[in-house]
Amino acid sequence: MIKENRLDFWWFLRNFILIFIIAIMLYPFIHMLAVSFSDTIYVLRNEVGIYPKGFTLDIYKLVLGDKRIFTAYKNTIIYVVLGTVIALLVTTSAAYALSKKRCPFGKIINIMILITMFFSGGMIPSFLAINWLKLYDTIWAIVLPGALSAWNLIVMRSFFAEYPEEIEESGRIDGLNDLGILWYLVLPTSTAVIATIGLFYGVAIWNSYFTPLLYLSQDSKYPLQIILQQVVMKSISANQDVITSSGGKVIPEDSIKFATIIVSIVPIILVYPFLQKYFVKGVMIGSIKG
Amino acid sequence: MKFQKSIKRLADGKYLFMLVIPAVICLLLFSYLPMWGVLIAFKEYSPFKGFADSPWVGLKHFINFFNDPFSYKYIRNTLLLSVYSLAWGFPAPIIFALMLNEVSNVRYKKLVQTVSYMPHFYSTVVVVGLFTMFLSPTSGEVGKLMAMMGFEKIYFLADARYFRSIYIASEIWQSLGWGAIIYLAALTNIDPQLYEAAVIDGAGRFKRMLYITLPCLMPTIIVLLLLRLGQVMNVGFERAFLFQTPSNYETSQIIQTYVYERGIRSNNFSYATAVGLFNSVINLVLLLLANTLSKKFNQASLW
Repeated sequence: MIKENRLDFWWFLRNFILIFIIAIMLYPFIHMLAVSFSDTIYVLRNEVGIYPKGFTLDIYKLVLGDKRIFTAYKNTIIYVVLGTVIALLVTTSAAYALSKKRCPFGKIINIMILITMFFSGGMIPSFLAINWLKLYDTIWAIVLPGALSAWNLIVMRSFFAEYPEEIEESGRIDGLNDLGILWYLVLPTSTAVIATIGLFYGVAIWNSYFTPLLYLSQDSKYPLQIILQQVVMKSISANQDVITSSGGKVIPEDSIKFATIIVSIVPIILVYPFLQKYFVKGVMIGSIKG
Repeated sequence: MKFQKSIKRLADGKYLFMLVIPAVICLLLFSYLPMWGVLIAFKEYSPFKGFADSPWVGLKHFINFFNDPFSYKYIRNTLLLSVYSLAWGFPAPIIFALMLNEVSNVRYKKLVQTVSYMPHFYSTVVVVGLFTMFLSPTSGEVGKLMAMMGFEKIYFLADARYFRSIYIASEIWQSLGWGAIIYLAALTNIDPQLYEAAVIDGAGRFKRMLYITLPCLMPTIIVLLLLRLGQVMNVGFERAFLFQTPSNYETSQIIQTYVYERGIRSNNFSYATAVGLFNSVINLVLLLLANTLSKKFNQASLW
């Protein structure tokens, strides 16, 4: 590239803006961590910035000991695991079949999938359909409706369409049918794309808020995002910024809220390196083929 | 003959067909059943009578919607939110990508990118929660900072005037880095020789940006812009819904939150479906229009 005169005004401006962007993207996360690990006295005095003061795990003990949060966490994990498995089964098999010209009714089904990208029944008819199918307030209302995302299917279909035909041909010579070829040859060599799409589905279920709000009615079935919303957005106590725990210790509401948020994004942060790598790839495939 | 051919085709592809059946069932139950259910917009649906026995009422619900003076406010809110979000949110990732592209230090560039993607993976609840807390005039960081600088207390979330700004700020905060990916990819595809030639011709940084970088980015920008225009009525419902408080209804009540309120909260199923249908039909028309335009500009369709 071209060498620039580095110390000019634009260089300063650009770096100022970029560093400002890093700061506003990172600060909330760091501040939340700091507050949630700080002793409550410093939080009440507004003294916590980017590192914890008077390190303590009390807040997390309180948050993780909360039965509602614990149940919600368990529910979310069940929904994510089951939902992702079902979605991958449905999407992978359909994407493979539809990538072949031989697939009976393939053209019609492709068009049917395309239509769903542009038009949907909307909130109320979907809600009524779930009711009519007797899925309301069951786990299936969470894991089934999202099992086929048109976007994910198209990304996968375009991947399979470029799959080297020689490999499939060799399988056919060995006497495998389409199912055998998919299972023994194609799937083991397509783990990257399956992982990518799996992450897409998993993160979507982990983060979904409105679907469970719409299709579930019992506290005991609510996933984390709904409980999180209740903790963070609605004040736990009506007029105060603090609550008093059973031990008589005063705990700032902010500490509880921040700790709950942290607990809910830790799994996302843990898989973040994978997310970043694969998602960027997925976005690129989608944008070229879509 | 033709019949025999299709039988043979079916027999040949029977395993492929088996593979696609679960997806077809999903499509029929969760996409096409609701699409058919949209018909209740033209009926007086009652859960006790059921779908088939509810009487047809024609366009009654649509007429009611257009006769309600509040409807125009909701349509206006939806459009304004969307247009402002487009005006601020669309250029932001482009500018960000252009700045990032000028960075020559690879590790620094990577750091900025990695950090800027992160909020994309936070849920809407987390983002809305963060904004609510940080903007709180009593305990939030932004509130404290403003107090320090001598500003008056502002109740951002309780004030209808700030709803759109907060909505858009949170949207940009969440999607800035992610939105830049596509532009960054397009930027790396520009032939460096173009720049070298321009330097020899004496073009400065701005001339190079104006005459090389922007024209090379244009196709990407146009496609993405048209795609956004086709979604004008499709505002991020979850975000608006979560930022909504009784005190900011004036600006935060958009068509989709209105559908939720009338349909789910007041069980006014048919009316709410009609309002939702109005919204999605406009969306569909805009999207088809956008695609036609895109074909004209780029000889490439969005799909």
